[in-house]
Amino acid sequence: MKSLSKDRLWAIAVLTPSIILIGIFVYYFIGRTIYVSLTDWGNDPAQALALNPIIRWVGLQNYSELFSGFLQGRFRQELVNTLFFTVFFIVGCLGVGLGLALILDRNPKGEGLWRTIFLFPMSLSFIVTGTIWRWMLQPQGGVNQAPTLFGGQPSTFAWLSSNDSVLKFDWNNLPLITAAVVGAVLIVVAVRAAREGQRTRTLVAAACAALLILWAVFIGPRVKLLAAPELHGFNFAMIGIIIAAVWQMSGYTMALYLAGLRGIPEELREAAKVDGARDAQMYRFVIFPLLSPITLSAMIILGHISLKIFDLVYAMAGPDNIAASVPALNMYLTSFRQNQFALGAAIGTILLILVAFVIVPYLANQFKTEEGHS
Amino acid sequence: MTAVPQPTASVDSTRRAGFAGRALTYFLLVVAAFFFLIPIYLVFATALKTPDSIVLATAWHWPAQLNWASFGEAWDKVGGNMLNSLFLAVTATILSALLGSLNGYALSKWRFRGANTLFALMLFGMFIPYQAILIPLFQFIKALGLYGSIWGLILAHVVYGIPITTLIFRNFYADVPDALVEAATIDGAGFWEIYARVIFPISIPGFVVVIIWQFTQVWNEFLFAATLTNTGSQPVTYALSQLAGGQAVSWNLPMAGAILAALPTLLVYIVLGRYFVRGLLAGSVKG
Repeated sequence: MKSLSKDRLWAIAVLTPSIILIGIFVYYFIGRTIYVSLTDWGNDPAQALALNPIIRWVGLQNYSELFSGFLQGRFRQELVNTLFFTVFFIVGCLGVGLGLALILDRNPKGEGLWRTIFLFPMSLSFIVTGTIWRWMLQPQGGVNQAPTLFGGQPSTFAWLSSNDSVLKFDWNNLPLITAAVVGAVLIVVAVRAAREGQRTRTLVAAACAALLILWAVFIGPRVKLLAAPELHGFNFAMIGIIIAAVWQMSGYTMALYLAGLRGIPEELREAAKVDGARDAQMYRFVIFPLLSPITLSAMIILGHISLKIFDLVYAMAGPDNIAASVPALNMYLTSFRQNQFALGAAIGTILLILVAFVIVPYLANQFKTEEGHS
Repeated sequence: MTAVPQPTASVDSTRRAGFAGRALTYFLLVVAAFFFLIPIYLVFATALKTPDSIVLATAWHWPAQLNWASFGEAWDKVGGNMLNSLFLAVTATILSALLGSLNGYALSKWRFRGANTLFALMLFGMFIPYQAILIPLFQFIKALGLYGSIWGLILAHVVYGIPITTLIFRNFYADVPDALVEAATIDGAGFWEIYARVIFPISIPGFVVVIIWQFTQVWNEFLFAATLTNTGSQPVTYALSQLAGGQAVSWNLPMAGAILAALPTLLVYIVLGRYFVRGLLAGSVKG
């Protein structure tokens, strides 16, 4: 071991440049973004591009502006857009991907060719995909014209510019809705923990749920984020973008599921058949439970992609389409078109927090199991 | 006697069910293939039309007269950017592949205390939304005097490529038996000799996966391209977005441009699809 120590030093020396680069480009830059988001840099246009701009510390003012400022309704709608986009995108990719994987698992002829067809959009740029689908979804474009191929009337749906939306709610109710959702989750956690006999966890979860409910009943209704009600909902202009995103990414879930299906030993399926399981039962009780870890990691990967999505929306809807926009796009425009750096940094920080909620537990979990094994 | 035909009947019925099942399988495959391929048909049908023959009523028709000139015109607009993209993707890919290979070797074969934590901290860099580092990155590149130069973009891609290339190589080298390294140590070989004589020669498949993955990622990237470059150094994704972004576009041009911009990564995928999928699966951390 002693003779190895020099080599181990070499290993650390080799890693050092990467560590320094990641340290600067990831962690220092994140810190810097958070710092900028707490200042007023760029709120005064005259100071934005000055050589030595006067930058003042303003605390959380940019954040409160985003969530309750009169001018930032666009950002709030984008946040809601991202939420709906994420849900439909994940459901779409999981559904289509699992379906395709199950079909391919039946070993059809020309399997390689089918797989190539389903997966090729993954190799395209979101900009290419966006350009293609932008054309197909034009008011005078291919998709609206498709019914005429079967003798129908052309559709007039304004795919990317529709102003209609459903599932609208008042932004002022957001704290209440959040409290209700978190409270419901906590109650589920408490009930589960009680069933498993974990007393501390039950008590903590139940107490937190009770506190939230008390808050929601007595204080919550009096909290007003905005002076006037502001309705946000699922914009129909996002539907086309969701379809294009599923077109591009469902091959990825297919590949994940297919790798999982191929990893299930044949003996397990045989054993289930010997036990008299019909096809449907085998999938229900043997195969799907084995695939559930794949579903979880696919949800995490797709979830963080959809929270970050930017290029596809830019290419399909353009920068100035308020009905179909996302915070990532707003951040780019706010920072580099309007030079409101502090506000842009605040949007970037919010995105980071959203993604970290998804990714940090995932990474922590991956490495916990890995160290358990080795 | 009556018992004899029974099994044949049941075999027959399962065979019939099998036939119906297979027919359904192929039917679903064809439907799915349509969903994935119809956009491609429309792209070519539109790219090969002349601007004035792109009209509502015939959007789905294959052009009567093929207008190959669309591609020439599109090349005039995005050709230079394609060359930018090529230089950018090749340089950034080679650099980050080399870094990733050395990192993966150091992390998997010379485990030291805290190596896993260090690696997890590195990996976090591949999941962050780049909007969260964009403003400082822009300032930094500007301070280095690299704003508007392709080298600023290369630097960004190399650094943010380190996590994924390290991840793929680390998992790749984890499958190389430690006994090989130990045997070489007993022969007196050190860190670099082992890398050069044992590890590097068997790394070809790892390099293929990483190079394909990084090349595709860098070629397709848009956010850094839009932030760090100017007219002279813009890669093709940016040029394409400009081509399609105008108000009164004649759609044959952006469609031809989209085909040109997609061609390199598409070719790589069709020729080396197996390795592409491996990179894809590695992206979900557990390789």
